[in-house]
Formats: sequence, structure tokens, C-alpha cells
Amino acid sequence: MNPGIGTDARGRPGASVIVVGGGVTGLSSAWWLARSGVDVLVIDKGIVGWEASGRNGGGCTHYQSALFHEEQRLWPLMDELLGYPTEYRRERIIFATTEPLLRIYQSIGETIGRLGYEWDLLDGDAVRERVPLAGDSALGGIHLKVGGHANPQRTVQAYAWAIQDLGGRILQHTPVRAIRMAGGKVTGIETSAGVLGCDHLVLAAGPQTGRLMATIGIDVPLAVARAEMIVTEPVPLMPIGGVDGEGIYGRQTLRGNLAYGGGPHEWIELPEDGEMLSRPSTPLLGHLARRLRQLLPKAGHVRVIRSWAGLIENTPDGRPIVERLAEPSNLTLCIMSSVGFGLSPATGHAIRDLVIDGACSFTDIAKYNLARFAGIPADWAAQKGWKARPLETAT
Amino acid sequence: MMSVIDAHSIAGKLAAPEATVDVLVVGAGAAGVAAATELAEAGLSVMLVDENPVDAALIGMDVPHYFGGRAGAAVQNKGRMLEQVVASEPALEGALAAGVEILLGTSCWGVFLPGPATRELPGAVAGLTDDARAWTVGFRRIVVAIGARDLVVYFDGADQPGVMGAAAFHALAARYDAFDGRRLVIFGSDELALATAELAFARGLEIAALIEVDATPRGPAQRVSALAERGVPVLCGQVIKSAGRGPTGVTGVEIASLDGGPARTIACDTVCLAIGLVPVIELFDTAGVPLALDTDRGGFVAGSTDGVSTGSPLVFGAGDCMAVSAALATRSETEAHGRRAARAVLASLGRADPLDTSPPPRNADQLAYQRRVMEALLSTGGLNVLACQCEDVTRADLLGVRAPRYLASPSDRSVHRDLATLAADGPLNHDQMKRLTRVSMGPCQARRCREQVAMLMAMGGGVPPESIPVAGYRAPVRPLPLAVLATLEETDAMAANWPIWFSIASQWIPYDLIGTDAEATFIDDHTHL
Repeated sequence: MNPGIGTDARGRPGASVIVVGGGVTGLSSAWWLARSGVDVLVIDKGIVGWEASGRNGGGCTHYQSALFHEEQRLWPLMDELLGYPTEYRRERIIFATTEPLLRIYQSIGETIGRLGYEWDLLDGDAVRERVPLAGDSALGGIHLKVGGHANPQRTVQAYAWAIQDLGGRILQHTPVRAIRMAGGKVTGIETSAGVLGCDHLVLAAGPQTGRLMATIGIDVPLAVARAEMIVTEPVPLMPIGGVDGEGIYGRQTLRGNLAYGGGPHEWIELPEDGEMLSRPSTPLLGHLARRLRQLLPKAGHVRVIRSWAGLIENTPDGRPIVERLAEPSNLTLCIMSSVGFGLSPATGHAIRDLVIDGACSFTDIAKYNLARFAGIPADWAAQKGWKARPLETAT
Repeated sequence: MMSVIDAHSIAGKLAAPEATVDVLVVGAGAAGVAAATELAEAGLSVMLVDENPVDAALIGMDVPHYFGGRAGAAVQNKGRMLEQVVASEPALEGALAAGVEILLGTSCWGVFLPGPATRELPGAVAGLTDDARAWTVGFRRIVVAIGARDLVVYFDGADQPGVMGAAAFHALAARYDAFDGRRLVIFGSDELALATAELAFARGLEIAALIEVDATPRGPAQRVSALAERGVPVLCGQVIKSAGRGPTGVTGVEIASLDGGPARTIACDTVCLAIGLVPVIELFDTAGVPLALDTDRGGFVAGSTDGVSTGSPLVFGAGDCMAVSAALATRSETEAHGRRAARAVLASLGRADPLDTSPPPRNADQLAYQRRVMEALLSTGGLNVLACQCEDVTRADLLGVRAPRYLASPSDRSVHRDLATLAADGPLNHDQMKRLTRVSMGPCQARRCREQVAMLMAMGGGVPPESIPVAGYRAPVRPLPLAVLATLEETDAMAANWPIWFSIASQWIPYDLIGTDAEATFIDDHTHL
């Protein structure tokens, strides 16, 4: 047996709590549990944060979420709490070069203002003053004094190392095949390293969640898509790195690279066997470049040095499922529906509360239940067009 | 029933390619030209693109070769460069006569194939650019013939003008006639190093010495003696410890004896690394062609049963990008390999009999030698030497898995993490090291550090080199300005339905409004924060 695995309460290989999925949500959950002294094991099919958790824009400004206030409270503390740098930077500027987008951004500012946070409406000159790479085309935007951005790749590793520092275990390169039940309760999981037992299971497996829940006969409606980002060579740091708009999201990293994504996604079908598809990028990178140049005209000469794609899951309404199920009662389900990274400090806290106390201590999350999808038609994804079209083999 | 299409998805939004050809050949060296000519003579429509003459700005970034700041001002003159390129490849005329459409000064920045996660591509396409605009071309088959590049290793002082690679030297001296150095020290003594010395002599340059880590010269004795007769020694059992720094770059090298003898200094303005060549596989990777480490073929290469086919039925390879040796292949061998690739393409289109499955050209394992060089550099240079110049990552940073210096560490816990603890957590992965240390993440797109980082990882982690997956190559495989990529043709559908994120309106309704009357009237749009 792998000495890193440990045992559950009955002495079987496993742990008191097993977290399936070494993405940012699973890692944060395990970190919160480990901080509370829970014996926890994270299991992942590959390397921690290798899927969407390490391949996103790094935004931390999710006003729509029940977890927003906790997200805002925690991010400024995360470097200290984890003991490793996340590159978190507060504040965000979103601006537009067209009226319709400006109106949308203003409404976002108003929503955030109603939630009790400070923000400024900017005219074109105010944008140019704050964003050196903006140009004459900048019409106006919003300056949020909350939110911000962090480095996704650094953050996932910070969680993983912090878990280990607290005595938690991380088992990489170990795909999970099925959940095991007995007497109405989860008893463990079947993995490529054998059966692992647990007293409580946290399922945070992103696109894989639907397949794993199907092994215990519970339907979780999810569709999976591929989305892309580009990154440029480093340029001198702007005063605020969290600058986006113009139909793209992203940030200037602390190294100076411009990292931006957005645009149309491609719905895909995951293989039944739990393997992930390769995540190629496409000529969409040219269309991202076009919008980044529109947003930041003074960066037209800046060179794109890579692009990448990630696979992302969505629920039918695009909202999370964060729930400790009634049946089996020792299973907590967490699907963030394409918005997981920024919320992760707060999500992990909520999961910790659900696992240990049975309820979230700091906010209501009841609307993030699975039952809202009961009775959804089997072909819901096809009805929305959230399906991959047949692949015509080129000859 | 008509299937529903998500208006915000990529379905139907990518523009059709500007042109579609039967075969796109990338790389107009001996292999690519031979392949293109043979395919055109067989009646196929063939487009042959080659990035030479390379944009002077890219040359300055050490792309695609390790030019090391020794390109002369002549590379700024595109017209002259174009003449040089045409003159340096006489077979181009025959390709033109056979009906091949030839685009020089045109680089390929990515190959994209329809697959399970890219069903909505408008067929198999390649991204092209002439440094002014970007476009795509469709193809039924592609032959990649983009050659080899230098294996780069560092010593103290390697991050300054005057340290360059042998392939870059050949490009500057032979193809462009624009080499700006005068007196060379060559690191290595195999056929690549000897050919470099012979070319330098032919160009009237001075050669101070060849430096060899091994105890005896690696190349043919006759050519070594010919050099000796001209006063050029091969200094064996020696390694470059450092390069002296001056206002215009290298002033000389300090060489150390591996048996502990005294160090000495040799004056030169250029250090030419001739340790080995590695196949250029970046376009294979963007196309999703499976790659594997095959040290007998020079490093990571496309898996191949016959030397020219790959794991993709649409993608073929010819010349050095499929296998390199310590020796430079002869022109006739390279042309023959190109013609073999052409026959494989014809066979795949039902226009010729299948190839015999003779294995790819193989050579002696070169990794063992490269490792000896790296070990010698490590033992004399120590850990305070760069592993990645773009991102200022030293060997110590790499082995210590250190975050970049511009990030303050909130605790001292990082000091307990290193390559050994990472290896204990799971197999080492170069892409993971990129994320953690920023190594191999810079504008040269890891051309200067990829192999030395992989070797240092294997040595530092105590794992076999083949256990470390190749660091991924990503489009665009040339650093291209936003303004150039922005010219890619955009469909009206793309412009009209460009979502920031998934455009699921219910996703962005504030939580408190969910289930209330205000939910329906909440006016916001789909954005991703």
C-alpha cells in the first residue's frame, strides 16, 4: 500500500474524509478540513490544478455568488494563511470602448455598490489615467475597490502544500472509477490504487462529477466545454493589473504578461472511461488578440507567446451545486459551474462547515442544491445546444 | 429535427481558410523542397512556406535559433535577406518549375486538426503569417520539414551577446551572410562542431579552440588533424566555466580542466555551442501528434513507424525534425527523406503504394553525451548559473522549486520544498515546473532552456530523463504581435456573438434575487468577473 494513503476510521486504507478532485475547490475544502484537524486525503487523476483550476483568468470578484462576501474577506488573508504566495492583488478596472458594454459594466458597478463595496464610475480620461496601455478608444468603465485577481497555478500549489503542512495527504495520478455504497452510506471509492475507505466523501471532480455520481445512481446534469486564453510577453507593470473589458477577461500578471481569455466555447463529450481529452487551442487566439488590442491599443506591438485551453463544466442554470446530500448523508457535492477559482477560499470554508457541522456557518447556500434539477429532461443539454456536433473525419 | 446550436458557442464561427491545398509543406530546406517538388510533379496542389528570411526582431529574441546577438545589421534589410535565402537554396527553382506555390518570409504559427475537442475547426488548417498579417490555409495533408535547433546549455556569462548556437551560426554565416563575430571558441568536437569550424574558416573567421568535455575529440580524426594543422586545438577534458563580460558581449572564456588542473582564459568574441541538435517538434505538438523521447533520434520526436509518418494520418515529417544525429546529414540523404515523405503522403491519398515500414533513421544515443556535458558544467559552474534566461531562473531556483524573486514569500515554509519533495509527491513534470518557478515561460518560448531544464530536473530529482514529459508547445509557436494576430479574418457570426463567458444569463443574477420576482427583471448581462 502507498504509505501516503493512510486509513479511515475503521482502519481500512483511506482517510476520515476523502476529497475527490485536486482542483482548486477540492484543495481548498481539504485545506479547511485539515485546519480543523480532520484527517483528509485528496485524490486526483493527474497533477493538482491541472485542469480548469490552473487554466483560468484568476479573477476574484464574484458579486453574483452567495459566497461573495466571504471571498472578499478571505483573499487578502490567503498568502498568510497558506504560507505560500498566491499573487493576489486587490482592485479591478473594467472598461469599454462601446456604449452597450459600458452600460453593462456600469450595472455591475451598481450591483457591487448595493452589496456594500466601494466603486467609481470612470470616463475615458479616468480610464487612460489608470491604464497606461489604454488608448483614445476607451469610453469609460468602472473601478472596483474590491475583488482583484490571483495566480491560479501558484494558488493551487499553495493549497496543496498547505494541506501537506497540516498533515493532510494528496494522492496524484490516481483516477477514481466509482463510488462505493453500503446501507445507504458511502463507504469509499474505487481507484486505480485499489479501494479506499472513508467516513465522508467530498466530490469536487469538476467535469468528472457527473460520471462518478452516476455510479451511485444519482443524476447530476452537467455539460462540458473547452475555452481558450492567450498570454503575451511581459510588459511594464500597470498600476492595477486587474484590467479587462471589451468582451475579454484576464489580468496583467505580476511578471508583466497580459493573460486574457473569452470568446466562444466548444461543447465537448468526455470519454466514458474517465479519461480527459487533450485541450488544444485553435485559431481563436487571433480573435482574442484582436479584442485585447482593441482594449489596450498601446499594446499592439506586444507579442503573444502562447495560448492554452481548458475544459470546464456547467450546470443547466450556470450556478453551483454545493450541498451535503440527504441521501447518502455522508457525501458532499461541490460543482462550481465554470466559476470556481476566485470563490475557492470561501467554497472550501462552506464545504468544511457542511462536512463537520452539517450546515454552512456564514451564509445561506440552500439555493445551490441538487434538487432544483429534479425532473430535468434527459436531453436538456441538446435542447440548449450544449452538445458536441458530430465529428466529420477529414480525408 | 434540426439540432439546436448554442449561439455563443464556437460552432460555425471560425472563418474558412483563405485557401486550401492538397499538401502544405512547411520548411524549404533540402527535405521540404524535395517533398514539395515530388508532390507537385505527382499532380497535387502544393504550397511550400518558409519563414526565412526571419524578421530581424525575432532574430533579436533568439527565435527560431540561438543567434546570441551576433546577427549583423544586414538582417534588417529584408530585400537583401530574401535574395540570400533564394540563392542559398538552388532547388527552389525546380520546385517552382514543378508548380509549387512558394511563400518565403512566411512562418507557420500553428497546425490545428479537427479532433474530439476541436470539432468546429473549418477542417485541418495551419496558421501563417508574413509579419504583417495572419491567415489560415487549409490542407488535406501537411509535411513538416522544419529542421533542428541547437541544444543550449549555459555557463556563467552565457546571458550576453556572443554566446550562440551552431545551427544559428550556420544560418547567419551560410544562409544570410550576416554573422557579426570575428573570433570563435566552439564548445564541442563532434561533426557538428567540426562543420562549424570549417564553415568559420571558409568565411575567413578566426577560431581560437574547440573545447571538449570528453577525453578525446568526438569527430573524425582526419578532420580534427586538419584543424590542428591550421593551428586550432581541440582541448579535451575541459569545460567552459564562464564567459567574460564586455560592453559588446563576450570577451573570452575561462575554461576549467575536469581533472582539476588550472583554469585558463581564451580571448574570443563568440562562443558557439555545438553540443548537439534537437528536432524542432513544435508544430507536431500544436497538431496533437503524439511525441516521445527517443534519444537515438535526438530527443522528443513524433512517434513514427516508417520515419516519415506520425501518429496523425494527416501529418507527415521530413528531414531533421524527424531525427537528428550528431553529424549533419548530407544533402542527398535529406532530399531522399523528403521524397520518402512525399511518397507516404501519396500513399495516404491512394496515389501510390504504401511505404515499406523501415524504421526511422537512428543514431547513437546522444543524451548520454549531453548529460556528461551538463554534469561537467554543473560541477564547475555550480548552482548560481541561469537555467532560464528569459525568466531569470537559476539552477538553484530550479532545484529548489523557488517562486520568482519578485514574489515575497509570506513564510519560510517554501524552503522545505524542492525537486526531491516534488518528486516524492508524484512524477516530475516540466510543465508543472513552469508554473511553479516560471522556468521556460519566457518570450524565447523555451528554445534556450528546454533541454537543459529537463536534464537538470532529471539530475536534481534523481529520475530517468524519459520519465519527464516534454514541456508543451503552444500556438503561436512564433512570438507574434497582437496587431498581427488581430488581422486574422473574423466571421460576422463571431463578431455578433462573442461571449465573455458562457452567456448563461441566470449565472450572473445576484444570489439574493434567485427565486424572487426581481430575478426575472434583473437587467444585467453575461460577464465573467
